[in-house]
Amino acid sequence: MSAASSRTRRSLLLLAPLLFFLIGFFVWPLFSMMSQSVSDPAVLRLLPRSAEVLADWDRNSPPTIPMQTALMKDLKAVNDDQALGDMVRRLNSARSGFRTLMGKTTSALKETANPPVDLVSIDKRWEKPEFWLAIADALSPYTDRNLLAAVDLGRNAAGDIEHLPPDQSVNGVILMRTFWIAALVTFACVCIGFPYAIIAASLDGWKRDLMLGAVLLPLWTSLLVRTAAWFILLQEQGLINDLLRAIGLIDAPLALIFNRTGVIIAMTHVLLPFMVLPIYSVLITIPKNLMPAAASLGAHPLRAFLRVLLPLSLRGVASGALLVFISAIGYYITPALIGGPSDQMISSIIAFYATGSANWGMAGALGVVLLVATLLLYSVYARLSSDEVGGR
Amino acid sequence: MAEFIRFDRITKFYGPLCVVENLDLGIGKGEFVSLLGPSGSGKTTLLMMLAGFEQPTAGEILLDGTSINAVPTYKRDMGVVFQSYALFPHMSVGDNIAFPLQMRGIGKAGIDERVKRALDMVQLSTLSDRRPSQLSGGQQQRVALARALVFEPRVVLMDEPLGALDKQLREQMQLDIRDLHRRLGLTIVFVTHDQSEALTMSDRVAVFNKGKIEQIGTPRQVYDEPATRFVAEFIGETNLVEGVVETVQGAEATVRLPSGAQIVSAVSGSIASGQSVFLSIRPERVDLSETRSEGRNVLETEVTDSVYQGDHLRVQLHNATHPLIAKLGRRSREFPPGTKVFAAFSAGDCRVIAP
Ligand SMILES: Nc1ncnc2c1ncn2[C@@H]1O[C@H](COP(=O)(O)OP(=O)(O)OP(=O)(O)O)[C@@H](O)[C@H]1O
Ligand SMILES: [Mg+2]
Repeated sequence: MSAASSRTRRSLLLLAPLLFFLIGFFVWPLFSMMSQSVSDPAVLRLLPRSAEVLADWDRNSPPTIPMQTALMKDLKAVNDDQALGDMVRRLNSARSGFRTLMGKTTSALKETANPPVDLVSIDKRWEKPEFWLAIADALSPYTDRNLLAAVDLGRNAAGDIEHLPPDQSVNGVILMRTFWIAALVTFACVCIGFPYAIIAASLDGWKRDLMLGAVLLPLWTSLLVRTAAWFILLQEQGLINDLLRAIGLIDAPLALIFNRTGVIIAMTHVLLPFMVLPIYSVLITIPKNLMPAAASLGAHPLRAFLRVLLPLSLRGVASGALLVFISAIGYYITPALIGGPSDQMISSIIAFYATGSANWGMAGALGVVLLVATLLLYSVYARLSSDEVGGR
Repeated sequence: MAEFIRFDRITKFYGPLCVVENLDLGIGKGEFVSLLGPSGSGKTTLLMMLAGFEQPTAGEILLDGTSINAVPTYKRDMGVVFQSYALFPHMSVGDNIAFPLQMRGIGKAGIDERVKRALDMVQLSTLSDRRPSQLSGGQQQRVALARALVFEPRVVLMDEPLGALDKQLREQMQLDIRDLHRRLGLTIVFVTHDQSEALTMSDRVAVFNKGKIEQIGTPRQVYDEPATRFVAEFIGETNLVEGVVETVQGAEATVRLPSGAQIVSAVSGSIASGQSVFLSIRPERVDLSETRSEGRNVLETEVTDSVYQGDHLRVQLHNATHPLIAKLGRRSREFPPGTKVFAAFSAGDCRVIAP
């Protein structure tokens, strides 16, 4: 008993570096990103006294004197105009009319000669529980605003979820574009990678090594270098256009860069190994004599492929497609360098929020949307592949 | 028996390696021919060329009088049973057997009926819905057999189909396959490197060595009348004794051994007097006695060892110049080492083989 528990302890000790690594570099960043997306402590930070008093409020009776004095003290103490502006904007979006009310209140509070006794004396509206309700809600350190905005939704004055006006709803378009580009890249990778893997698996010796090496090579070079190389190849005076013109296939240069075509070409190239390797690893486990067996049983090569090789390698194709698709929806550098403005994917929006406007909440929320999409895809895949294994 | 398959001067190179060399072989309709030989002698290669998986480097393969060199595998109509079965892992047993029928565009009802009959034939009717991975080796082997037979192919090719089975199951399957061959009148080409399997099952055995056929004949012929030293040694156990031919009279020759003894022996092939040759004497044809028997070949020997092996008694002997092995019946008396005995065998039980 004690020997067994000491053995467990020893093995935990051996695992400790791995666990620390996982927690430090995977779980914690993920968790903090997700909490960024729902946390909004701006109002709470400005109104700490009101927060204490409002906690006891029953949310529908008229405001008490202690509530009013607490809020007055809080508002007097505010010296960060920017933060105040943020707070007012948030409150106004929850309850219209807050902006004028707040403006009137703060200027009244600034009057030192004749300080107001309570808020109601500044403006009758402070008697209404609705305004206090908005403050009470905004005091909560959690918000779904970012998550809703990430999918172009928002709350209206009554607190119901509705679509944002079209001029604010770019995320949905970009998300759909991201999925569409990822789907095209996945499709291109299947079309190239599947036959490639079949050929590689059917060869042996140095030919096989050469084919696998050729597909692995891009993995060993930096993504930036590869993308830059495509930059050179695809441009108007680039290698590809020059070649096509030299052999007389085209007269005017094709537009291959700063558009969708270029993005898909470069991303397909970069992601191809993730398609070829899973398919290859499944193919080499398929016994070599199945295709000859099918032929001897009277199957034309094409039918033998459809009935035998294809179903047996589908598992590899599915995991390759999943891998490519999931990697593709997170792509940033390649579309940024080779795509045009209408080819930017969701990651560049995330990068914009994170580094451009320091809006970590939005960056986190978009990240969560990506994560959810990925997990959904993965669960579909896991369900499918477990069905297949169970059927065996 | 009408000739059905003909290998006409078939040669096969893999790169610089000659695997099959200028080989001629005819196989009759309804015949069961085994290709027997040591590992690497080219048996599988020959079978693969017949099935169309490989192309001969030179020569022609004729089926029913017409060349099939240019016919692709899927049009050759030959059922192949692979050593590792090659069942489709993603299909049920029933679907595996239905596969060749589907490829031939047979209707659903016809397929169901024929699959059922094929499963009955190999006694697997209850396992139709299982996956191959859920079957034992012997059951998989029978599914492979049913799949190769269900479309009534013109020829059935089997490449060491029983290699993976244990001894008992293998012997059972040998009898089953032989029985099917008789019942259905199949033409079967069967590759094996197990000589007892070849002798048990075949109408004729072709003994391979280094890409050539050393001898082809009925099991009795290749065992009792080996044409070459390789065949004598490869099939069964034999005593090979060197000697010089003195006289040849018809089918018999007199051979003098180095010890001076004169042996009368059956001859196959052309042998001239004065030629130095080998005598092949099967151990189980040697009798031991303490008195010299008349009218047979007799060698004076001394027992060096004797081992009881259950079904027979194996006695190692030595005469002045060479060792000799005798296998005696289970009821034979014991021969303690050192006993002086006469080893006797008749002229028909030993053969002269040119070196
Ligand atoms: N695809 C190939 N490429 C090159 N050499 C080959 C190939 N297939 C077989 N060989 C060679 O041809 C020779 C004969 O092979 P084959 O498979 O016909 O032997 P086999 O008689 O069937 O032997 P076994 O009893 O071991 O199966 C061997 O030396 C083998 O190494
Ligand atoms: Mg072989």
